[in-house]
Amino acid sequence: MKFTVDWLKNHLDTKFNNNQIIDKLTNIGLEVESFENPVSELDTFIVAKIINAKTHPNADRLKLCDVDIGSDKTIEVVCGAPNAKNGLLTVYAPPGSIIPKNQIKLSISKIRGVTSYGMLCSESELLLSNESDGIIELKNNKYANKIGEKYFKKTSEKVIDLSITPNRPDCLGVRGIARDLSAAGAGKLKINKKSNLKYRGKQNINVTIKKEKVQGCTTFGSCLIKGVTNKESPKWLKDKIKSLGQKPISAIVDITNYVMFDLNRPLHAYDADKIDNQIIVRSSSTGESFEALDNKKYILENDMCVISDRSGVLGLGGIIGGTRSGTEYSTKNILLESAYFLPRSIRKTSKQLNIDTDAKFRFERGIDPLSIKEGLIKASDLIKKICGGETSNLDVKKIENYKKTIINFDPFLFEKTTGFNVENKELIKILEKLGFKVSKNKKTLKLVVPSWRPDITQSIDIVEEIVRIKGYEHINTSEPIKTRLKPTLNYYQKLFHFLQRSVASKGYLETVTWSFTDSKINQLFKEEDEEIPIINPISSDLNVLRNSIFPNLIFYLKKNLDRGFKDISLFEIGPAFKGKNPGDQLTVIGAVRAGKVSRLSWNDKERIVDTFDVKKDVIQSLCEAGINKDDIIIDDRTPSYYHPGKSGGVYQNKNEKNAIAYFGEIHPNIIKKLDINTEGLVIFEICLDYIKESKQKIKDLKSEYKFSDFQKSERDFAFIINKNFKSQELVNIIKSSDNKLIKSVRVFDVFEGENIPEGKKSIAVNVTIQSEEKTLNENDLDNINKLIISSVESKSGAKIRS
Amino acid sequence: MSDIIKIKDDYIDKLNTENNVDKVNNIKSELFGKSGIISNEFKKLGSISVEERKKLASDLNNIKDELQNKISIKIQELETKEINLKLEREKIDVTLPERDIEIGKIHPVSQVIDEISSIFSEIGFSVEEGPDVENEYNNFTALNTPDNHPARDMHDTFYLDNNRELLLRTHTSPVQVRTMLKGKPPFKIIAPGRTYRSDSDQTHAPMFHQVEGLHIDKNINMGHLKGCLNYFIKEFFEVDKIKMRFRPSHFPFTEPSAEVDIRYEIKNGKIVIGEGDKWLEILGCGMVHPNVLKNVKVNPSKYQGYAFGIGIDRLGMLKYGINDLRAFFETDYRWLSHFGFDPLDVPSNYRGLSR
Repeated sequence: MKFTVDWLKNHLDTKFNNNQIIDKLTNIGLEVESFENPVSELDTFIVAKIINAKTHPNADRLKLCDVDIGSDKTIEVVCGAPNAKNGLLTVYAPPGSIIPKNQIKLSISKIRGVTSYGMLCSESELLLSNESDGIIELKNNKYANKIGEKYFKKTSEKVIDLSITPNRPDCLGVRGIARDLSAAGAGKLKINKKSNLKYRGKQNINVTIKKEKVQGCTTFGSCLIKGVTNKESPKWLKDKIKSLGQKPISAIVDITNYVMFDLNRPLHAYDADKIDNQIIVRSSSTGESFEALDNKKYILENDMCVISDRSGVLGLGGIIGGTRSGTEYSTKNILLESAYFLPRSIRKTSKQLNIDTDAKFRFERGIDPLSIKEGLIKASDLIKKICGGETSNLDVKKIENYKKTIINFDPFLFEKTTGFNVENKELIKILEKLGFKVSKNKKTLKLVVPSWRPDITQSIDIVEEIVRIKGYEHINTSEPIKTRLKPTLNYYQKLFHFLQRSVASKGYLETVTWSFTDSKINQLFKEEDEEIPIINPISSDLNVLRNSIFPNLIFYLKKNLDRGFKDISLFEIGPAFKGKNPGDQLTVIGAVRAGKVSRLSWNDKERIVDTFDVKKDVIQSLCEAGINKDDIIIDDRTPSYYHPGKSGGVYQNKNEKNAIAYFGEIHPNIIKKLDINTEGLVIFEICLDYIKESKQKIKDLKSEYKFSDFQKSERDFAFIINKNFKSQELVNIIKSSDNKLIKSVRVFDVFEGENIPEGKKSIAVNVTIQSEEKTLNENDLDNINKLIISSVESKSGAKIRS
Repeated sequence: MSDIIKIKDDYIDKLNTENNVDKVNNIKSELFGKSGIISNEFKKLGSISVEERKKLASDLNNIKDELQNKISIKIQELETKEINLKLEREKIDVTLPERDIEIGKIHPVSQVIDEISSIFSEIGFSVEEGPDVENEYNNFTALNTPDNHPARDMHDTFYLDNNRELLLRTHTSPVQVRTMLKGKPPFKIIAPGRTYRSDSDQTHAPMFHQVEGLHIDKNINMGHLKGCLNYFIKEFFEVDKIKMRFRPSHFPFTEPSAEVDIRYEIKNGKIVIGEGDKWLEILGCGMVHPNVLKNVKVNPSKYQGYAFGIGIDRLGMLKYGINDLRAFFETDYRWLSHFGFDPLDVPSNYRGLSR
């Protein structure tokens, strides 16, 4: 909402200076976006001096001028004026300027083979006089020290631009703003001047508001003004319209706009002679169409509120008029409309047709339903003054009467909500200045809400009015209440926190990527999940919710590889979507690791990252987050985007469907499809939601401390076993052969090939044996050895290697 | 006897010049072995007179002590020499690079969320979460923003179905709704998380982060709101004083509503929070609208309280001098390394919010 202080002062008697007004506006909730001179097309014209004028090499009548425009270097301008000479002070227009006379935008151009940077102007080009024979000659004494300054002074007033919240339609008019300021003590609201307009004759174009299932109009006021002379608006009106950032059109249109911005009362003027017989306010039917004042043809759907005559649709009520009945300079008789349209209807229609106008913006938020006549009178008055003519009686058709909103307000609610007290007397004064009718009613106040405040419906709205006008600075700053109702984080939130930082501590950079992704990449990772398209994506390559974190992670990994990074570890923790309903999402860590370990190391042999690098990262992170390593099982069931032979899943239970984590190499097909250039690429993921919540706190988990001081022994075994037999199982067999005595089993060698039969491998393990009761003698150890070998051989089909 | 002294002196000389541990050990057995020279002398003692024996034994003992002493000193000396020599040979260039350090980082958004959670935890708030996909009711209608309300225009919403029933939440406020629907008052929560608006330019990203705050109890008023936010802002920016202004505004789900500005200035190209002559808008807040409370089955005549919503990314940008919002989500390795935080930098009350 834009307006000038001058305009405000039409409605407000105030001693406040501009800055005080600006501050006050902000303090009462009318946020000032800016307060500045409107940008003018004339700002670019500057005072300049011709330093040197010489003849154009290719044209005798043209001159080549070196022009001082107040900057470090002079500018070269080609000029045809006979009076261009050394030392002349004149007006220079740089490229980009719009010449007032012909509205042509200057560009850098070649004139007879020489580039001219802008132009030197004549008085006629600047619309200062008809003098067009030569360029302007400025007086030395006045302009000699103004070279480089703007030639045209700022004549227009500074404009205040307010950002009005959607609840305040009343402040979409200058009078409403003045009213708010007066309530806040910034002055006195002026009383509207009484009109002494004489009405002649009847409004004899019949108006009907049709009874409809869905009728968007409740009141339609109008008057006829006959015998007008439409013309250009007078300067004061043009200036007002320009200060709004709009272009003056004609007196009649400018007046209706002026009243709209002055009183927040949209009006519409029809050329009465173009109306076919009568006005019918009705709902549209599908397929009806009309050409609107924005020169677009709109095809209507059902139930849009239209103003029509016998021949068809004239315009969309409260949104936009049509060209068929538009006013022109030649218009003699006008029908002026001032109506009330329901916000809901306006919003629906304008959304469907995608139209945004100042009238729509206002009706959608709620116009004062009691401002019908006021608007007609104010506009008629101005039309009469500027365009002449005779005004008919005002005709107001209604299908619904305005109902007053009454609120019984208990002043205690104010203190209860804001924490501070305002005397009843002051409180009443504020409300009255805002336009409320206040009467006392025992402990409460009976308030009649002003008709221009559709946003006020209940007591809490009254609290807001009072505190806003009184000033938020009166609210105390209380000490924070430290009472705690429950622990800050629950189990899964803690897990999130631990895992996030555990993974980062393994050398991974955390990233945050969009929750949406490219369906083409997503498809490679979505497995059995349904694709979740976004109806209105920001771009076609961010068109689905991600089913997995990897599509984005791999995409950005590739970008970083393309930047020349070789060894990259990235991870993200966030949602992966499994369906389109709220809650169909899992919290997942996805991590990628590319490149080599110990690249260009002077002491270690470099190698490509592999599955066991990420296996370590994932297992260690899980352990750090409180999961016992002995409680997890590794399996080779993994999603299809992993390398089928070089990946594993981490399970908390043997028969669990969902792994808590996966790790391994990414499937070579994906690397190929996405054209990823790296020596090695391994990934892991952890699904936090699948981790079972530990009900025990760490204080309960710490068991009794037991240890053995008896001698421990170590024995090595090598078994020849089927190639596909899993080492984890072998270790379990060994452990379970004597759970008490076998303390640990460590695989220290795996070997295939020479001396090992086809389809077999050799696994060497180191077993630590220790008793908690005695030192084991050779005999005991021999027995355990035999037990281990026989268990392994019988349960796995392995043979001890001799 | 003089023979013995001669032998002793010879051996002392020998030992003085000897540089080999093994040879010194040979000397030791030559002298004190089973039939060593000194051992033999002691054996002879049995065959001489008692008078002489006493004298001789005493002298022999002195000689023995002197020699043994000499030998052990010599061995020690030689061993030390040998070790030093070995250490000298083993010397390496310690300025060669260590094995690769793997430096991981926490994203600024995560760090800021943890900072915020830590601060609010101090004053008794717990953390709640809600889904990223919401239904129309929780995101708008329950929050007193019915369809056809112009306030909806301020949220460019991503939809997941043509009926506009399912959407990506445009703010974290639906977590308020969920929290209150599933529990009983009082409520005292913050809800950080991802939010989405179909808006994308230099200063807007289609996804960003917000933290919602909600405190509902019997007597929570705007003074508490002011106190809570004043505390938060001071703690967050780690300054002693903050100039803050509450300005009336409008949100459908709060009444009265406010926007909060803080003072700032630009010093040496960097933004300084808390002082200065310019206002910076940093959050929106207000008293939860009675309509919202009714919608979530909380009796507004018994309970009242405040809610606020803060842009997390923007707070992070202000605190850590990050200029470009879009860079948060572009996964540039250089940017992540530069602006990321050490994983051990866990914001906490006793160790400090940040280093």
